[in-house]
Amino acid sequence: MTNSSRVFAALNDPTRRAVLERLRSGPKPVGEIARGLPVTRPAVSQHLKVLKEAGLVDDRAEGTRRIYQIDPKGLGAMRAWLDQFWTGALDAFAAEAERSAKKEKE
Amino acid sequence: MSTQIRPAPVRKSVFVDAPQNHAFDVFTSGIGRWWPKSHKIGEAELDKPVIEPRAGGRWYQLGVDGSTCDVGKVLKWDPPARVLLAWQLTADWTYDPDLVTEVEVTFTPEGSGTRVDLEHRLLERIGERAETMREAIDSPNGWGLLLQLYSEASAE
Repeated sequence: MTNSSRVFAALNDPTRRAVLERLRSGPKPVGEIARGLPVTRPAVSQHLKVLKEAGLVDDRAEGTRRIYQIDPKGLGAMRAWLDQFWTGALDAFAAEAERSAKKEKE
Repeated sequence: MSTQIRPAPVRKSVFVDAPQNHAFDVFTSGIGRWWPKSHKIGEAELDKPVIEPRAGGRWYQLGVDGSTCDVGKVLKWDPPARVLLAWQLTADWTYDPDLVTEVEVTFTPEGSGTRVDLEHRLLERIGERAETMREAIDSPNGWGLLLQLYSEASAE
């Protein structure tokens, strides 16, 4: 999966959006993120893994715990999305320009 | 402390086996023939984008029901070499008249065809506007949520 479709897939889940919402107030360990959420702690860890792979959160070790935080490089994710969008759009444009140019010649 | 994030412009090039004026026309007046259908802005079905062929012209999506949704406008119109467009969509694909990011497209004759270079710049403005769009946080897959989260996190 490309970086940007990974971001969309990661955001397209209510639990993961709830996890991001919790991280807005600052870095937190898994246990604190999971508290009050209607899913198990291993499930939250799995969601955090998806968010991390999408470049949406980052983690660091603090003693024996892992602390998760929102990755401030997120604007880069938006840029990656636009990058992919324009790649597809320009390919479609080039195909149409060549198709219609050939047709005019005939 | 606030961290200013300034994404680099998105730059893309494509070679088109067609004359310069043809490439320019297809990109602008023919945009409805190639613009990805999955990226519609309005509610109406089967909308297609329209670029009015002049400086100051509108760039909008036209729905089958005749409704229109603005995307941006034409800032500079220099056929067949260049068009400078304003992309005025926020992170969740809604039009914001106060947001202006620039899409510059140049058409350069090269060999038997045309090299088309596209640059989408001033992307940091999307992030700046996102900070004021609190409602975007509820958008299920909107970039508004994302950008707001980051703008707040990076401001700490």
